[in-house]
Amino acid sequence: MTDHASPQSIRTEAIESLLIEKDLLTADAVDAVITTYTERVGPMNGAKLVARAWTDPDFKARLLTDATSVVEEYQFEGGQVEKLIVRECTAFDHHVVVCTLCSCYPWAVLGLPPAWYKDPAYRSRIVSEPRQVLAEMGLNLSESTRINVWDSSAEIRYLVLPKRPKGSEALSESELAEMVTRDAMIGVAQVDLP
Amino acid sequence: MTDQLFVLDGETAPPMANGEIIFEAPWQSRVFGMAQSLSQTGHYQWDEFRAYLIEDIKDWEQQNSAEERGHYPYFDLFLESLTRLLNDKSMVARAEIQSRTSAFAERPHGHDHVHDQGDGHSH
Repeated sequence: MTDHASPQSIRTEAIESLLIEKDLLTADAVDAVITTYTERVGPMNGAKLVARAWTDPDFKARLLTDATSVVEEYQFEGGQVEKLIVRECTAFDHHVVVCTLCSCYPWAVLGLPPAWYKDPAYRSRIVSEPRQVLAEMGLNLSESTRINVWDSSAEIRYLVLPKRPKGSEALSESELAEMVTRDAMIGVAQVDLP
Repeated sequence: MTDQLFVLDGETAPPMANGEIIFEAPWQSRVFGMAQSLSQTGHYQWDEFRAYLIEDIKDWEQQNSAEERGHYPYFDLFLESLTRLLNDKSMVARAEIQSRTSAFAERPHGHDHVHDQGDGHSH
C-alpha cells in the first residue's frame, strides 16, 4: 500500500460527502452502524454468557433451564432471540447446531452467521454424518462421546455451552470470555487454552 | 428496533472471521455503514440493495475463472452496487459521483490536515 488513497476510498468519500450534502445521511449514523457490527454485536455476547456460566453455577443453571429470559435481561443489541436454548457439552455429550431449512441463527448472541453455516453441504451432512463433518472441521471427538445435533428454526435458536478448558481455573471471567469462539458456541470447535 | 440488522448471508455474505465482518480498509466499513444507514432511514428497502449486490456478484463470477472466485473483491462490488442503486433511485447521479471523485482525487497530498477555510468542514 502506498500512502495515496485508493480509488475505492476516494469514491466512497465522494459518495458520503454528496449524501451528507443532500441531507440523506449523517456521518454519525454511518459510525453507529459500523460500531454495531464490529463491536457491540458479534460473538462476544455469547462468549460473555459462556464465561459467566463457567464461573457461576447458579447462572449456569438458569441459563440451561431458561436461556431466553437470561438473554432478555442482558438486552443485547442487534437482533432478537425468539426462544433460546443452551445445550451443555460434557465428557459424554457433545452438541452442535445447524439449521437444515435455511440459516436460522442466534444473532443477538453470536453476531452474523459464518458463510459455511448456510452451505447446503454443512446443513445436510452435519445431520447424516456429524462425526465425520466435525473431524473435517478440525474437531475430533472420541467414539464414546455422543453427538447431538440441534436443528434451529425461526422459533427456536440454540447456543452450545462448550466445555471449560482444563487448566483455566485461574482465569477471570473476562479472560475466559476472550477465549470463547463463535465456532465453539455453534459446536464445531472446542475451547482451548491459548 | 433502532439498531436493526440486515441479512447478508449466502451469496451476499461479506468476508468474515469469528462471526465478524472483516474490513480490510476504512473505506470498506464506510460504504457498508452508508448502505445500511440509508436503508435504516427508509431511503430503500434492504432487499433492494441486496438484489443489486446479488446481480453484481453474479456478473463478476461470470467474468472470472473459478480459481479467482475464491477471493472475489466483495467490497468493490458492494461499492458498485451502492453507486448503481443511488443512481437508479435518483438520490445521487453517477455523473455527480464521478465528478466529485475526480475532484477529490486531485486534492494535494495532506489535504485532510489543512483547513484553510473556516467553513466548519471536518473529517
